[in-house]
Parts: sequence; C-alpha cells; structure tokens
Amino acid sequence: MQSQKVTEKPRTIIEKVWDNHIVAERPGAPTLLYIDLHLVHEVTSPQAFAGLRQRGLKVRRPDLTIGTTDHSIPTYDRSLPILDKVAGAQIAEFERNCRDFGIPFFGPHSEKQGIVHIIGPEQGLTQPGMTVVCGDSHTATHGAFGALAFGIGTSQVEHVLATQCLLQSRSKTFEVRVEGTLKPGVGAKDIILNLISRIGIGGGTGCVFEYSGSAIRSLSMEERMTICNMSIEGGARAGLVAPDDTTYQYLAGRPYAPKGADWDRALALWRRLPTDPGAQFDKRIEIDAGALEPMITFGTNPGMGIPISAPVPDPAAVSDPLERESLGKALRYMDLPSGKPLLGHPINVVFIGSCTNSRISDLRAAANILRGRKVNPKVRVMVVPGSQQVKKQAQEEGLDRIFKEAGADWREAGCSMCIAMNGDQLAPGEYSVSTSNRNFEGRQGKGGRTFLASPLTAAASAVTGVVTDVRTLL
Amino acid sequence: MEKFTAFTSRLAPLPIDNIDTDQIIPARFLKTTSKAGLGQDLFYDWRYDADGNPKPDFILNRPEGRAAQVLLAGDNFGCGSSREHAPWALLQYGFRAVISTSFADIFRGNALKNSLLPVVVSHDTHKALFAALEKDPAATVTVDLARQELTLPDGSAVQFPIDEFAKHCMLEGVDELGYILQQSDEIAAYEAKRALTVNTLA
Ligand code: SF4
Repeated sequence: MQSQKVTEKPRTIIEKVWDNHIVAERPGAPTLLYIDLHLVHEVTSPQAFAGLRQRGLKVRRPDLTIGTTDHSIPTYDRSLPILDKVAGAQIAEFERNCRDFGIPFFGPHSEKQGIVHIIGPEQGLTQPGMTVVCGDSHTATHGAFGALAFGIGTSQVEHVLATQCLLQSRSKTFEVRVEGTLKPGVGAKDIILNLISRIGIGGGTGCVFEYSGSAIRSLSMEERMTICNMSIEGGARAGLVAPDDTTYQYLAGRPYAPKGADWDRALALWRRLPTDPGAQFDKRIEIDAGALEPMITFGTNPGMGIPISAPVPDPAAVSDPLERESLGKALRYMDLPSGKPLLGHPINVVFIGSCTNSRISDLRAAANILRGRKVNPKVRVMVVPGSQQVKKQAQEEGLDRIFKEAGADWREAGCSMCIAMNGDQLAPGEYSVSTSNRNFEGRQGKGGRTFLASPLTAAASAVTGVVTDVRTLL
Repeated sequence: MEKFTAFTSRLAPLPIDNIDTDQIIPARFLKTTSKAGLGQDLFYDWRYDADGNPKPDFILNRPEGRAAQVLLAGDNFGCGSSREHAPWALLQYGFRAVISTSFADIFRGNALKNSLLPVVVSHDTHKALFAALEKDPAATVTVDLARQELTLPDGSAVQFPIDEFAKHCMLEGVDELGYILQQSDEIAAYEAKRALTVNTLA
C-alpha cells in the first residue's frame, strides 16, 4: 500500500476533482460523472422538466438541487405584478415545476432570491472539491471554491435532474498563473479581461483553467469569483482556484456549509485538493499583475479588450481576412474609429451588476467612487445587487443611500441589463459601461453598445459621463 | 431521436468568426417554456430590420440560403451562453449540419444531443468552400456521418473528426438519458460510498 502512494502520479486539482466523481467508465462512451450540486433557473429548465414528465421520471436528488429565479425577473418593486406576461408565465411555471418535483426554490419573494451564481456561494452551497452544474455558461463562477463547475444545456439539465449524473469527456488542463501585485485602481475584472484579450475568446476551448500564483492567492473570494465567472469568455467551460484559508474563512458558518465534526472532516478532505507539486498542465500562460492597467472592451466580444489608455486596434493591421472583417464589423456596430483610445467617449448608461460584479465588495468599490459625488445628468445609472442578501447588507452599510444621493437607480436583485430579458435594456445606439461579462451585439438590448469594465471604471465613468480612467478620481 | 442519415445539400455561407449564441437566438426569445417556434427567430437581429421586415441581403432571406441544410460559418461558432435554444432554432429553420474551423464546447455538445452535426474542417477546406460558393452559389456538399466524410463541390472528400459516442448515438438514434438510466445500479453504488456535504432540503 505504502509503495503505491510513493509512485502516485502528481495530479492537478482539476484531475483530482474529476477522479473523485467517476461513477462508471464504459468502453466507447464518455465518463459517467456524479454531480454534487445542481442549480436550476427559469430559462433553461422548462423543457427539461417537460421531458421528465413525458417519461414519468422523478428528480433523483432534490436534496442536491436548488432553484432560483434571476434571468426573466423584473428588478422593480417585488410587490408589483410582473408586467411582461411571457416572463411572468415562465417564472410561474418554474415555481410549479420546483413544487411538483420537490426542489427547494428561492422565489421572487424569498429573501434568498438572487442570481444563481451569487446565491450558491452566499448560502454556503458551493464547496471545495464539488462538481457543480447549471444550465448557464457562467457556472464556472463556483470554481472560485476549488469546485469543478460548468455550464450545461437543457438536455443535460434533464439528465442531471433524472440521474444526478452526466456523460462527460475529460478536458485539457490550462494553468493561468498571475504573479505580482496589482496597482491601485486595477482589480480582478482587469485580470480576467486581460487574459481573454490575450488568448482570445476561443483560447481555452476544450480546457479547464486553474488560476494560480501570488496575485490570485491575495484576492478575496469575491474577486476570485469575478475571475472564474468569465472563464467561459475565454472559451473554457470551467475555471477554478485551489481552496486555501481565504476559502475556508469565507465558507465557515454559512447556512448550508458543514458544521461541527462534519466541518472538520470536510476540511481535511479539502486540504488535499490543491495541485500536487510537479503536476503537468496541457497549457500554461503567465501574467504579470504589476504590469496591468484598468481594462475596457471596445468591440462585440469579450476578447476585444484593451488597457484603458490604449488605442482601439486598426482592422487594416490584421492579416487574416476573416479576422479583419470580424474586427471591422465590430467597429461598425460599435460606431467607433480605430487608432484612438476610448477615454473621453460619451456614454448613456452605466450598469453595475451581473454575476461577474454584483457582490457586496463590488458595490462597496462603486460606492467609494460615488460617495459625495453626482452622476453625470446625461447618464442613466443602474445598480442591481446580485441577491436579496447582498441588497440587505448594502442597505445596512448605507450604500443604497450613497447610490441614490449620487443619482443612481437602486434596484431589486436579478440578472437585469446583463442579458436584457426583463425589460432593463439599452435603447438602439446607446453606449453603456457595464460590469457584466458579455458585449455581444444586442446583448444589453437590440442595437445597444457595451463597454465591459470593472465596477471602479463603471462608477468613475458614471460621474464624468464619458469613459474614464478611475485613477484620475482616486 | 431520429437516426442521422447521409445527405447532399446546398450551403448558406455566413463568413463571420465567433458567431455567438446571442446572435443565433437573442435572449429575449428565451422567455418561452417550449421548444416550438424558435426557427422563425433564428439570427433575428441580423435577419430582420427594426420594423420586423426581412432584410433582403441577409443570407437566410435569400433563395440560396433558404434552400440550404448546411450552414457554413466562421471560426469558433456558437460561443457564449449555454442556451440549447441555439441548436433548436437552427434545426427548426432546416439546418442539419454546421461547418466551421472550430466550435465552442457547450454549443457542440448541445448540437450533438439534438442531431445537429458540427463539422470541423481545416482552414484550407474552409477557404475552398467559401471560394466554391462565390463561383457557384448553388454548389453542394455531401455530409456522411458514418464515414465521417464531407464531399466538397469539386468531388473531393475530406474526413472530419467526431466523438465516437456522439456518432454512435446520432447514427443509431440512441437516447442518451435512456443510456444513463441503464446505469442506475452504478449510480446507487457510487452514492452509497460517498458522503455528501450539502443538503438543500435541510
Ligand atoms: S447575470 Fe448575466 S451572465 Fe450572469 S447568469 Fe445572469 S444573465 Fe447570465
């Protein structure tokens, strides 16, 4: 037995979590993988529940499943009826599905309601070493805890509901090492936007990222979530950070976290998760945190990002014809000239929210900039907390007053203008600085144009009415 | 699931890289609770003007686009969200295969589960296909999954890669959930030996 231990091949955390969840391996088929936590929301689940009904199947493990409503839900006063009939019907059907199948549900009036990727960590449901899935591509957020967390389609939502398992093939491993110390005004959002601008939005396809290095270690859990959240924007289905004392301190005492002797047992297992010395990754990249500037996107995918003082790239300088055309198309959609920085570009809307940046630390960062200042009268500013818990805490700290006194709109929790399904949206042609994760054409409303940036950059731009380097206001 | 058979078809060219799922089917159409009716909203914001009228120059509104069962798209097709509404909409419109130099992971998985075939070709083949369509918009390809073979307009053939299990499921019409359910004993055995640390019902 002992000799076996010595010869054990060093493994990455990604491989360890994978190996721990293998249910069966049959020749000619992908691995059958067990899922520890399944998060469900109103948009990608109705057809899965319909499938269960058609086959007469139950939900195998309602105790490992949780539902919330976030995408379609309005962010105005919850005591008002939902005006959008189609959205209202979708939410009502989801509530019925959860009730019929015995799944706990954080409904529109629950104090635990919120964006699916905010509530998992907040409630202590997301834990190190777990496999976590959700019918949503930003499920990688939960990777901040050292969980293997990835988005799935509706067919797979049905598979997990029925069997708590998925057929999956092993991914490649990709180490993203970030060393050094961030400069003031530069944060987690800038790290991830920088990574994606370097590797491109398909750079991580087929891979799982492990974010490592001293800069990652020094980040809070909320900042780690911001980074893991956007793994999919680099093409990777999952991205994780090995758990450490920062993780355990965040988790301890949360409602669904293990307690007492269970906590001690869990902790002993979690401490074995980090990547072994000498473990090999299929790919690697290193980023110098000290060299980073605040980042902003100029185009129509999250890979089209630049340091805030850098010029927008020129399509004429791109050699590949299809790439050149794609960049040209993006600049035409954004109605932007190349060769000039975005600094000073007028904006119409600032959106502070989404599963990337709507946690309490994001709101505090924005409030720090807005405290004692006014938002530019030409700019509409929406602050949308990620969950009712975040909202409550922000109000206890008086952040809501800072936002309101500055002239910003303080809303109820949900996805809101990140995906513009609930009525919160840009008008055609409008420009926003947004703390969300996607700047695709029409993502924030048909014809709308999105600059992705950090909460600091968003708040600074809200004050001036133009794209602004937050360091001029610090 | 219906069995996937070989077919010959014209192509609808969409020479744009990184076509994301928000373009394939915009989020505002995801408030539905069924799969029906998505085909008419496929590529909505590229396909219709502000008043909802079809834009005559968009490929899906032209006769050669409407006649195609194969979409020829740029690199990294289907990036973005996990919405399975994207392959549902493509299938409902009438596409049975998409050709590109690469596909985003989640889209590829979703497509395969619905018998929409993602065909990965080399950059050279990709270029040759666009060039062939420029010469003759009515050019056709033959897609043969069993042989993993794409026959090009000039009659030559190239092989394409595909996950072995997905291929088997598509050719035989295997229902993946049914396959997993057959392994219920293994699942129960796994559950019996592992202590879980969360209980959402608690
Ligand atoms: S906030 Fe945006 S990215 Fe996050 S789950 Fe909601 S819609 Fe998706």
